[in-house]
This record gives sequence, C-alpha cells and structure tokens, in this order.
Amino acid sequence: MKALVFERNLPRFAASRVASLLGSGRGAGIGPLQLLDAERPELPSDEWSHLRPLLAGICGSDLSLVDGRSSRYFEDIVSFPFVPGHEVVGVLDDGGTDHAGESLAPGTRAVVEPVLGCAPRHIDPACPECRSGRTGLCEHTAFGQLAPGLQTGFCSDTGGGWSTAGLVAHPTQLHRVPDALSDEDAVMVEPTACAVHAALSGGVAPDDTVAVVGAGTLGLTLVAALHHVVRPDTPCSVLVGAKYPTQRRLAESLGADVVVPPEQLARAVRRQAGSLVLAGRLTGGADVVFDCVGSADSLTQALAMVRPRGRVVVVGMPAKVSLDLAPLWHRELTLVGAYAYGVEPPAGPDGSPRRTFEVAVDLVGEAGLGTLVSATYPLERYEEAVAHAGAAGRRGAVKVAFDLRNRKGRTR
Amino acid sequence: MSPRPGFVLEVDRSTPPTLFWHGERFRLEKLPEGSRVIYAPEPLDPLTDPQAAIRHALQHPLGDRDPLPALLFPGMRLTIAFDDLSLPLPPMERPDIRQMVIEQVLDMAAEAGVDDVELIVALALHRRMTEPELRHALGDRIYDAFAPNGLLTQHDAEDPDALVHLGLTDHGEDVEINKRAAESDLLVYVNINLVAMDGGHKSVATGLASYRSLRHHHNPQTMQRSRSFMDQHHSELHTANWRMGRLIADSGVKVFQIETTLNNDTFPPAFDFLQKREWEWGVRDRMAFLGASKALDRTPARYARQLFHTVKSPHRMTSVQAGEVEAVHAVTTAHVWEQQGVVVEGQTDILTMGLPYISPYNVNSILNPILVACLGLGYFFNMYRGKPLVREGGVVIMSHPTPWEFNPVHHPNYIDFFEQVLSETTDPIEVAKGYEESFATDPWYIHLYRTGHAYHGVHPFYMWYWCAHALQHLGGVIIVGGDPAAVHRLGFRAASTMADALEMATDLVGPSPSLTHVHTPPILMSDVQ
Repeated sequence: MKALVFERNLPRFAASRVASLLGSGRGAGIGPLQLLDAERPELPSDEWSHLRPLLAGICGSDLSLVDGRSSRYFEDIVSFPFVPGHEVVGVLDDGGTDHAGESLAPGTRAVVEPVLGCAPRHIDPACPECRSGRTGLCEHTAFGQLAPGLQTGFCSDTGGGWSTAGLVAHPTQLHRVPDALSDEDAVMVEPTACAVHAALSGGVAPDDTVAVVGAGTLGLTLVAALHHVVRPDTPCSVLVGAKYPTQRRLAESLGADVVVPPEQLARAVRRQAGSLVLAGRLTGGADVVFDCVGSADSLTQALAMVRPRGRVVVVGMPAKVSLDLAPLWHRELTLVGAYAYGVEPPAGPDGSPRRTFEVAVDLVGEAGLGTLVSATYPLERYEEAVAHAGAAGRRGAVKVAFDLRNRKGRTR
Repeated sequence: MSPRPGFVLEVDRSTPPTLFWHGERFRLEKLPEGSRVIYAPEPLDPLTDPQAAIRHALQHPLGDRDPLPALLFPGMRLTIAFDDLSLPLPPMERPDIRQMVIEQVLDMAAEAGVDDVELIVALALHRRMTEPELRHALGDRIYDAFAPNGLLTQHDAEDPDALVHLGLTDHGEDVEINKRAAESDLLVYVNINLVAMDGGHKSVATGLASYRSLRHHHNPQTMQRSRSFMDQHHSELHTANWRMGRLIADSGVKVFQIETTLNNDTFPPAFDFLQKREWEWGVRDRMAFLGASKALDRTPARYARQLFHTVKSPHRMTSVQAGEVEAVHAVTTAHVWEQQGVVVEGQTDILTMGLPYISPYNVNSILNPILVACLGLGYFFNMYRGKPLVREGGVVIMSHPTPWEFNPVHHPNYIDFFEQVLSETTDPIEVAKGYEESFATDPWYIHLYRTGHAYHGVHPFYMWYWCAHALQHLGGVIIVGGDPAAVHRLGFRAASTMADALEMATDLVGPSPSLTHVHTPPILMSDVQ
C-alpha cells in the first residue's frame, strides 16, 4: 500500500517554494511530499473506523502546502509526518457508526467531515464551540489524545485521503453517502460544505447585491450554495468574477446572474448597485463580497467594491498579505472569515439546525456538483496531478482528485 | 481647371492595388477584377473671400427672416449656439468656421448695442469640450471674452434648471431644450454641415435637447425607418426633428440659422496620396505613401493615434447661408451633394470600406469597437440616397484593427455597454428594451457627463442604434484585421486578410459576388440608381 506523505523537511520545503515560482503545483516532485509504502493507520479507540478512500480531492490549501506558501500560523496545528487529503469519499470495509449514531454496514460509502474537534480528541468536557456544534472553530485542535491537526489530512495519527492504506475516522466525522450520489459527487461534499457555511455566514439580506471574487472550486460551489440554499428564502443578485472561460460557463450554469472577467467585476457591481466611483473604488457597491481567492489582490478588490458597512467574507485561504485597511476603518466594513463547517440554519424538518455536511450532501445532488471533478489521477502520478490542480483554471479544470479505485485515472 | 466629379472605376488587370484606411495605418488591397471603386468628386473651389460671404449671408438671409442686423437691438437677449467638436473631421486648420462666423455675429451685435450675449456649445449628449478644443473652435479672442465671465457654457442636458419643456408634437414627442436658448430674443445657431445629416431643425431640436426629448427619435425603430438618415426626405430621424423644430418655432423661439459647407480637401499635403486615385499617384505620392506606411507600421498604435489627432484639416468653406431654418437647409444640402455625391448604377453583393482613426465621437480619443461599428454601419453604410449600396442580405467588409480599447475618461459607459450589454444581445431593439433606461439614468454616468468629459450614459446605445438599419439589412459583417474577441463581441466575424474575408463572404452571398469599394477619404455619398 502506498501513501503520499508530507514530512517536515526544510530543504525540500525551500525547493518546492522555488519551483512554485514556475507555477502552482510545480514543486510536487522535489518538495516535502513523497510517495512511500504505508501501513493501515491504527484505530485510536474502538469507536473509530477504517475508511478506504475511493476519491480524494486536491484542495487549494493542499496546494499551498505543496508550494511552501501556507501561513506559518498553521505550524502548531499540524503534526508531521502526515498524509494529506481531507476531501475524501471512501468505503467502510468493516462498517462503523455515523455522526448521528446510526450503524453503517460493512461496504458503506461515507464522506469524512475532517475537522478534528473535541469529540475525536476525547476531550470532555468539550470546548464551547464544539458544544454548540461549531466544530470548525474547536479550541482544542492541538490537544487531547490525538497529535495536533486541525483536520484529517493534517494530523499524523489519522492518515489522510491521499493513500491506498486508508485513514481512520471518528463517528462524528462520518456521513453516509446516499446511493444516488456518484463517487465524484461525494468527493465534492467537503468543499461544498465550506461553501455552504460561507454562504450562510455571509449575512446576505433580501435583494442584496452579492459579489463573488474567484470561480475555482470554492467560488463555483459558493455560487451553487447561494443559488440553491440562500436564494430560495433570500432573493439576491449574484455577480461573479471568473478568470477563465470554463469557469464563466460553469458559474452561469450554477446560477450566477452576471459573470464577467475579474477586472470587469467592479464595473458590473457598480452598474448593479448604481454607485459612483472615487479613486478607483466604489462609493456604494455590493452588500456582501465573498473573496474565494484570499490573496492581497483579491482582498483589495473586495474592499474596493463593497458598500459602506458592507461585509467581506474571506472564503479562500489567505496567507500573510499586505493590505490597506483604511477603507475598512473609514467605511465601517466587516471583514470576516468563513472556515470549514459546523451546524447551520436553515433548520431541518424538525426545526433543529442541520450539520453543514448534511446541507452539502443535498446540494451536491441537487446541483450536480460531481461534474466539477475534471480529472482524476492514480497516486503514482501525483506530480502530474498536483501540477494539474495548480493550473486547473488555465487548463479548463475545476477539481482534480486522486482516484484510489485501482483505475488509471482520467482527464477531461 | 474645374474639379472632376466623382467616378466609379471598374477594376481590371492593370488596376493598381486600392488604398484602405486601417485605423492608424493603411493597407493596399488588390480587389478582384470586375470590382467597382467609388471615388469622391475632387475638392470644390472654396469661397475666395469667406469673410465677405459670411457678411453677405447674414445681411441677405434666406426664407422668412430679416437680415441679422435688423434682428438685433439694445437690451435684447442674444444666444449663439454652435456645433461641438464632432464637426468637422478632422478638426480644421485655424481659423475654424465657427470662429469666423461668430466673430461677425458678435461684431453686428456690438454695433447694435446688444449687451446680453451668451455662447452655448450645442453638444446634446456628447462630451464637454476642453479649453484647448474651445479655443481652437472659437479663437482666443472670443474664448477670453466670454469663458472667464461664464458667458460661454456647454449645454447640459441633465440640468433641470437649464431646460424648458416647450410641449408635445402632434406625435406626442416631448420637446425640451436649453432654457437660455429658448428664452432668448434671438437664437443664432452656427453649423458646420460636413454631411447631409447635419443642420436643419436637427441643430436646435437635437443639439440643445435633453434625453427626454432625444429618446423620441434616437431609437432603433426610427433608425430602421431612416433610409437613409443622410437623406432628409426619407429619414424618420429628420421627420421627427422637423416636427420638433416647427414646434420650437411655434413656441416663439426665433432661430437665425447659419449653415456652412466645406470642400473635401481633408488632409494636409503630406497625405495627398490619400485622396488621389491610385493610378494617378506620382513618384512623390508613392514615396509619401511608403514613408508614412513604414513609419506607422513601426509606431505603436497609441503614438500613431496621438500623431493623427494632431492633424488639422485644410478644409475650406464652399458656401454659407443664413436665415430661416428650412430655407437655409435646402440650399446647404444641395451644396453638400455637389461636393460629395456620386451616381452609382445598381447595388452590390459585397461592400468594402477602410475605416480611419476618427469618427465624430472620438476626436482626441480612441475609436473603440462600438465606434468602429457605428462608423462603418452607421455612417459609411448610410451614405446613400435611393437605396443602400449593398443589396439586402449582402455583406459589409470593413478594415480596422478594432482593438478592445476604450478611453476611460470619454467613454466609461461604452466599456460597460460593451462588457455587459453586448455580451447579452446585439439586437438593437432588445438592447434598447433591456438596458437603455438604466444607463441613461445611471447617476455615475450623469455625474461624469456633467462634470467631466464623458459622453452621456445613453450615448453608446445611440451608436448601436445608428447601426440598426444596416444590421437589419445585411446578411453579415466582417472586419479585416480586427481583434477577434472584440469583433465577436460586436456580433461580427473577424478575418485576417481581405482574401479570407472575401471567401467568408461568399458563404453568405454565393460564388462570384459583385464587390464595390467606397474609397475614403474623402467622404462621399452614393446616389444609387
């Protein structure tokens, strides 16, 4: 069995950072990521289950790691060596129990809600965030019975999705995959859950103008979340800045009202909002801007097109950026992060909040988000896979994933 | 020797390649044998003493109007309105006709003891002129006497306090024009009639009007029914303006119309080859062409554009007439036709045209893709009387680089129109229905129009409506050498060479098509029999 292992190795880390200057993902072969023989990880306790991955996605945060560009902020909430891969659909060969306490028969497909909160860490009493269901904000991601790791895929004890040896999952992390969903649909559940959480935490109000900066996986799933989850109760206009033709086509098909190249987004927002322009920024602007890129440029763009007292939601993972926050102060803007998932309105049938993953499972099926999986690769071709993911937009792709089903992989 | 009339050449084996404008460059194209090339008449002899001619016109008006001196009296309010920088093209060498005419009007006003005189640029929804542009049009003496005292203003179609609603025509059209002009004892309007569309009642009813008024005739339906808008008697655009003009007159606004025509000596001697028939090029012309072509090919478009916009035209006045609007305009139109008219037998399958760097709406600016379309399909296509030069279902091939490039100061709304509206639809009717009002009332565009140098928010729509007749009539439009992305956004097809374009055109008009080329400069009008 094989696994892609990410080790703490500063020279390799530096080499990948240099290689990434040629393009994101170009340093996979010389960086800290290596394909090694691997054993099935041990179960931390009896309640855990083994999950054999079928598909495991390559996320933007994974690319940042491979490129050596992720923030040092994360250093103490990951543990080395770890197997990346937190967007995972797999099979419970030995069965298990899901987040709701229901028994899952051997052979059941499941997706992993990768956050490693208080429950998987056997911390009792749980922190306030976990007690309220907001596990993404767990205060104990470096504590308890597991090695530090904010998520499966960043923790040395759990394994990750980029492995044929599999990973271990706590019942609170497991969600059964409905039969109607394909593996491709299922591997999109985790990024979709991030988008659902962002969409619902954006504070979108009826008739708002909403701008989405970036149309990679997060941007596109966010558009789908706004269209299918937010808009039924809260009508709003959604404008998207998408760099590549494929992204623009997909954003339109997923429900965006206006899709334009990024440099045209501010003008489109200005037209929609009826704003004036002053010193290159809108005097009015969008009520809510979702930044699905997380760069200094995208954040600057977002701050320049949001209305006074508007809200900028940072969805894409940022690193250290240089930013002029004068408009934030002067225009009383709200700059807020949207990370991972937990529980969300809308309420479930019984009126109780639903877990973000449950909403995401429904959304993936409703919007057909499995079609966003553009290419899959076997583990052995990981350098190609990561390079493809790094150039996804330019190459007309959205989500690139590892196919661990003994297939040779495919591209489209 | 008197100037030669226009001419239609039939291309044969011995015909040299034909010169095409191509934005800031030139191209020589070998047209297929049997093609026709239409050349304009040679420049008419100018008036030998234009100052005397102006004085005579003012003192001997046409139609039911007293001589200008008899209309001037102490204590009166006199307003002089004049055409903006969209005329003439290119801007003429100093002294500009406006300066020559207005100086004489002001002299007569001074002799009559008129103190209350204001000058208004009749720019309608065009951009405001800059100080250098105004100085060029009026001369320093007039500018310095009026501008510092606030007596030289630019019509503001968005200032409710500066507009007056005179009523509705019998077709229900609002007539709302500049208040100062309407409430003056006499409104003198000074025209430069470059083409047959200019002047007449359109001067006041359009040049000094508001959007509320203009929208009644600046719309796709009117333009589709104007065949062409260069032919007043078959132009719905003019019919509407005439209704409005008569209402303006009936409202008590006394207009003293002054119209002037120019000969078509369009470019200075260094560019003589542009206006000559190619087989008559001498050694000097060939050298000038080669030198200019090579230099321009090596010059970045931005600098070439700047260079061309410094060119001043040696246009000379061929006529001046003054008095009552309709009587004046009939004479003016005859002069325009005398200079520009060419009789052409029958229509063609394919019409080719080389588009220059300039149109009425990009003086000192960029000919953006919308203006490229307007220049080709709005202006050149409509330069006919009788029937269009190209048959219904035929093809227009234009030569222009058509860069995806806009002047953000002059044309900020054009950028949004191009990005947002044309990406949704290129159908003028749908464009008008879906987007016009929101652009026309956009506060940002209104702000830029009123305080900066931007065209009004609705102006790109009008440019697109100008194409409506052609878009309805043609089977296809091809742009040779155009930026493919920009050309496709316009809804047209891009070709890299004329040969490719002709091959593409045959898909639409069939094999062995007839081809006619309109040779410009100078501009010409085809009288299609």
